[in-house]
Parts: sequence; structure tokens; C-alpha cells
Amino acid sequence: MIAFRPPTSLRVLSAALMGAVVLVAAEGASAGMAYVSNESGNSITAIDTATLTVTQTAKVGRRPRGIIMSPDGKVIYLCASDDHSVQVIDPATLKVLRKLKSGQDPELFALHPSGNPLYIANENDNQVTVLDVEKNKVVAQVPVGTEPEGMAVSPDGKILVATSETTNMAHFIDTETYKIVANVLVGARPRFAEFTRDGKKLFVSAEVGGTVSVIDPETRKIIKKIEFKIPGVSKETIQPVGVRVTRDGKTAFVALGPANRVAVVNAETYAVEDYLLVGQRVWQLAFTPDEKQLFTTNGNSNDVSVIDVPARKVVKSIKAGGAPWGVVVAPQ
Amino acid sequence: MPLRAQPASPEAAAPTVLEIPIGLLTREVPPPPLYDLLAVPEDDAVAGAALAIKDNNSTGAFTGQHFTLNTATLAEGDDPVAAAKALVDGGNHFLIVNLPADQLIAVADAVKPLGGVVFNVGALDDTLRADQCRANVFHIAPSRAMLADALAQFLAVKRWTKLFLVVGPQPDDIAYGEAVKRAARKFGLKIVAEKPWTFGPLARERSDSITRSDALVFTRGVDADVLVVADEANDFGTFIPFRTAEPRLVVGTQGLTASTWHQAQDAWGSAQLQSRFLRGANRTMRPTDYQAWLAARMVGEAATRAKDASPAAIADYLRSPDFSIAAFKGVPLSVRPWDQQVRQPLLIAQPFAIVAVAPEDGFLHQHTPLDTLGFDQPESKCRLK
Repeated sequence: MIAFRPPTSLRVLSAALMGAVVLVAAEGASAGMAYVSNESGNSITAIDTATLTVTQTAKVGRRPRGIIMSPDGKVIYLCASDDHSVQVIDPATLKVLRKLKSGQDPELFALHPSGNPLYIANENDNQVTVLDVEKNKVVAQVPVGTEPEGMAVSPDGKILVATSETTNMAHFIDTETYKIVANVLVGARPRFAEFTRDGKKLFVSAEVGGTVSVIDPETRKIIKKIEFKIPGVSKETIQPVGVRVTRDGKTAFVALGPANRVAVVNAETYAVEDYLLVGQRVWQLAFTPDEKQLFTTNGNSNDVSVIDVPARKVVKSIKAGGAPWGVVVAPQ
Repeated sequence: MPLRAQPASPEAAAPTVLEIPIGLLTREVPPPPLYDLLAVPEDDAVAGAALAIKDNNSTGAFTGQHFTLNTATLAEGDDPVAAAKALVDGGNHFLIVNLPADQLIAVADAVKPLGGVVFNVGALDDTLRADQCRANVFHIAPSRAMLADALAQFLAVKRWTKLFLVVGPQPDDIAYGEAVKRAARKFGLKIVAEKPWTFGPLARERSDSITRSDALVFTRGVDADVLVVADEANDFGTFIPFRTAEPRLVVGTQGLTASTWHQAQDAWGSAQLQSRFLRGANRTMRPTDYQAWLAARMVGEAATRAKDASPAAIADYLRSPDFSIAAFKGVPLSVRPWDQQVRQPLLIAQPFAIVAVAPEDGFLHQHTPLDTLGFDQPESKCRLK
């Protein structure tokens, strides 16, 4: 075991920084912070969204992937896939407070709008685990298709959507009965699902299919399959993963994996309006609460790109840990 | 006990469940000697197909389709044609075949009038994708040309351009050697020397003591960057590394190899596939397993997408431009319409690590870089019928 021993000056600096963060935390806010899970680095990186600098990096469980925050911004939930647990992390200190029973190999998850329960995709067991985060108690386990990953809860909290990567479906699950009420066949290897804020549309990305399906959650039919075409980039490398839609439902941002671009899509006409060049193998996205900035995780260049949303420009790349996977920005 | 919810019952989703049986025709492997590190497992290919059936059924539970696998294993001297016909007559119109080229062709021709669709998961022969191609055969196994091209691209990127080719005595070895020569011409490499292997299956030689062999004197004095070995039966290739006169990297059928699958592969979500396979078969997944898995998954994927499980409809869908499948290779796989070969990235690996993936960056193609591996449309001698 080789321990990392930072030079003294760095240690003093990080101690000073810790003090600063604790001070902010004392004022009761993680506001203004973005947190990135580093899949191969086994760490999370905290980034100040105002200064766009890394304030802290902390060791967490093995193979951290999905990362979200409680609606009040008080805790971070992190899928530590190879530790088969969800870790509850203090955003101020980045210390692991608790470990939750996630079931095997948790990859991504979604929180009920009320903040409880947590719906976890168990990629290796073909099921969704419903977990009461207060009591750390498994409420239900719902069998779904092979390799579930993408998870989304409708804004009214009534429907949970899980996408299964090898079954190629979006499963609609009733959050009261835990029964599957519909299965929508989408493109190959669906990785992510995102509801619009009004709950009227569901975006599901298909990494290998190269498309994003827009589903009407009412009829559970596909309204539109969005396709992408980038001059000089081979079709096979256009692999949509993370999707984020602005609150007004007008614009969708789609991370295109090894195409190294984020597509800007008109979420009403579904026309692709722009491709923004970011770091390598871009997977997940997160807006700041004011939706002025969008953070992207670039797993092969080990960095985070910051997009100025109104200007539709990449303004900065920030070095993160090994293979950045997920990102969450603290609520206001 | 947590409540274990059920998926929406298949009855509710689809009133009738459609049965889709898939046949697998393979042959017994000779029993290994008392201790054989590299013995081919008895369930090679079968374990892969079995896993795909499970994967297909997880989708089928929601779409009202149910897949089963029916395996026939030929003993020495058994007639493959009779076994194939029996499988097809039993309703297995999709036939995964893990047999040598001559038997594969006999099977394909025999089941054609019965509507049988054949998935070749074992034969690498380029002729099967050329003058011996068949309209009712899809090639899931890579061709020798694809394997050699993949390695040649890697060597070209490395600028290890001087090749010393050592070819074994079997017809398959000679065919592999020819594929290497073709790949060398295609990617600007030079065969600086070629020698036949005439020393017998030294890698399999057994004795009561570890013999310290002399350096392989026939390798002396050849100025090459790498030694390319052609030994598909694994009789002597593993004997060569570190026994050459000069320090010499070994690539080809041993040492650094090209393959569809590898036990060290864990990128693009394949850790999940590897782990599912390991749990089911109690061993790691081999290329033939992966190819059989892919064949059965292709049937499943086509049945789901085409919403029709008749052999003709599935074969039509597989060869159409609409078909592509996610198969843990980072890009979608599809079928070349001119010879019905699955186009796929190949893994360049040493025994315990992936070193590169072909096609390498920079090898460009007007349609897809995947078609830089193997015989491309303009040069294909296949006329499907």
C-alpha cells in the first residue's frame, strides 16, 4: 500500500481550504458546489461553480458512479458499485456518513421528489431496489430487464422509469404498487432517462443505437427518435448517454460519449441546433440551479467541461480524478 | 422480507407467448490429457449461447417471446447433416453451428430447403466469406483476414514493420499465414523471413522433468521486429516466446493475439457480461462462447425489433441496414450485406491484458472503419445464393 503524502505546503493549503468549506457548511449550504464521481479514481472531486476551481478531492468507495443530492442539499448519495453500497456523504467535509443497503452493483439511481425513497438500479441482478434512506431498509425489489441503468422519477412521484441496457427497454413502474405498468422498446443500450419538469415528456438515450427517444409518459409511445450527425465523426462513435432538459422544457443537452460533443437540441421541434466540443468520452451532465452553466464528465480526458448555457460555449475544462463518471450540482 | 414485486405478467402484455427455439450444433472435444492448462472446455460455445437465451428471455418476458436452446453434440464419426436436419425438423430453424468449414457448408446446404438459417461461430475460413459463401449463413466468427488485418493495423501503428513469419504444418496454419501475408501487403508491413515449423507440437510435449531447451536456432540471424506465429491448434506457439535466439516479440495465434473476446476485456460494460458468464459457467468466457452468445442475441434482437420470428423475416432483418446490436464492443455491430459477416472491433491482447482495439484510430474508410478489417465489398468474391 502506497500512501499519498502531500508536501507540507499543500497540506497547509488543504487544511485552510477545509476550514473555509466547514465555515460555509456552518452557514448551512453546499450551494455553489458541483461534485464529480471519479470511477477509476475511487474519489469525488468538489468544484466551486463560481471560481471554477477544485476545492477538495476525497477518497470514497470503490468504483463510484451515480451521484445525486438530497433535495435540501444536505447529503450526497453515491453509488459505490464495487462496494455494493450507496454511500451517504457530507457535502462540506466529503466524509462518508453512512452506507446504505443498495443491493448488488448499484450503478445509477433516482430519488423520489420528496427526498425518500431512493430507487437504485442493480445492474448485475436485473432489478431495481427501492430503499428507505432514513431507515436504511429495502422496501421492495422489482425485477426488470437485463442490466438496468437509467433511472428517473416523474415530477409527481407516481412513476419510476428504469432503462435496461441489454433488454433495450424503458420500464414504467408504479411507485405505489411496484408493478411494471408499461415497457417501451427504445434504441440499443439505453443508459439514461430524464423527465421534463412538467412531466409531459421523457427523454431516453440509447448509447449504441445512437438515438434519444422522446416518450409521451401519458400514452407511453415514442413521439420522436432524435438522431445525430456530425461532419467528420463516424456514426459509431456518436453514443448518447446523459441528457438534461432546461426547466422551461425548451432545450435539451445530450452528452455524446466518444464523439466528444454535447448536442444542443430544441426540445420542442427536436432539431439539433449545435454540437459543443468538450473533453473525451462525455457521459453525464448537470446544470447549476440558475441553468447558466452545465458541467460535463469526460471519462477519457479525466476532466470536466463547463458550458456557458446561454452562450452555448465551452468556457473551461477542469481537471478531475480518474475517469469522471457522474456529476451533481448542489441545489440553491 | 422485502416485497418482491412481479413484472407485468406476460399474459397481460401479450396474450400468447411465442416460442422461439434455437438449435446449437457442435462437436465433442477430445478429452484433455491428465493436466492441460489450455484444454478446450466441454461446454465451449454452449455456455455462451445459454447465457444469451437468458438475456433474450429477460426481454421476451416483456414482449411475449420465449427462447429455448437445443444442443446436439456430435461424437467422432457422427453425421453433422443428419444431426442438423433433426434439429431443424424439431423446429430449430435458427442453427448456431460450431463446426469446421466443410461440415458447416454441408449443414447449410442441407437445411436450406427446410428454411434453416445458420450462424457460423467456429469456422474462420476466408473461403466461407468468398466463393464458398451461402445466403443462409451468417458469420459471427471473424475471418482469418479480419484477425490478421487487426494485428497488422496494430503493428503498423507501432511501426514494427519487419515480420518474421513462422507457419505450422496444418492447413489452418498455412491459411493463417496467407492471411498474414495479405494483411502485410494491405498495411505496408514486410515479411522479411518465412520459415515452416518442423519441430512437432513442442508446447504439448510431456516429460518427467522440465527440460531447458536450447535457443531455437532457426530464429538466429533474422533481422525482424516481431515473430508472427501461425499455430491455430496451439501445438507449439506458446513454446516460442523467450526461446528465440534474439530477443523477439511474438504475435499471431499466440503471444499478442487478435480475437472477438478475451478474458481480460472489461470495457464498455463488458464486466457485466463477464460476471454473468462466470456465475453461470464457472469459467471465463472464450471467443467461441462470445460468438455463440452473439448469434443467439442477434436472433433475439431481430425478433424483438422485427416483431416477427419467422426465419425468413429474421434473416431479412439481420442483413438489412436497420439491424445493429449492442455487444459490449463500444460500437454497434452489424452485418456486411455482401458476405453476411458480422463487422466488429477485435481485441488485441496478450494472455492477461488488452493491449489495443482494432480498427486502430486513423484507419479510415468511406463507410465504417470496421470495414478496414477483412474483405471489403469491392474485393469480395462472394455472390450470395
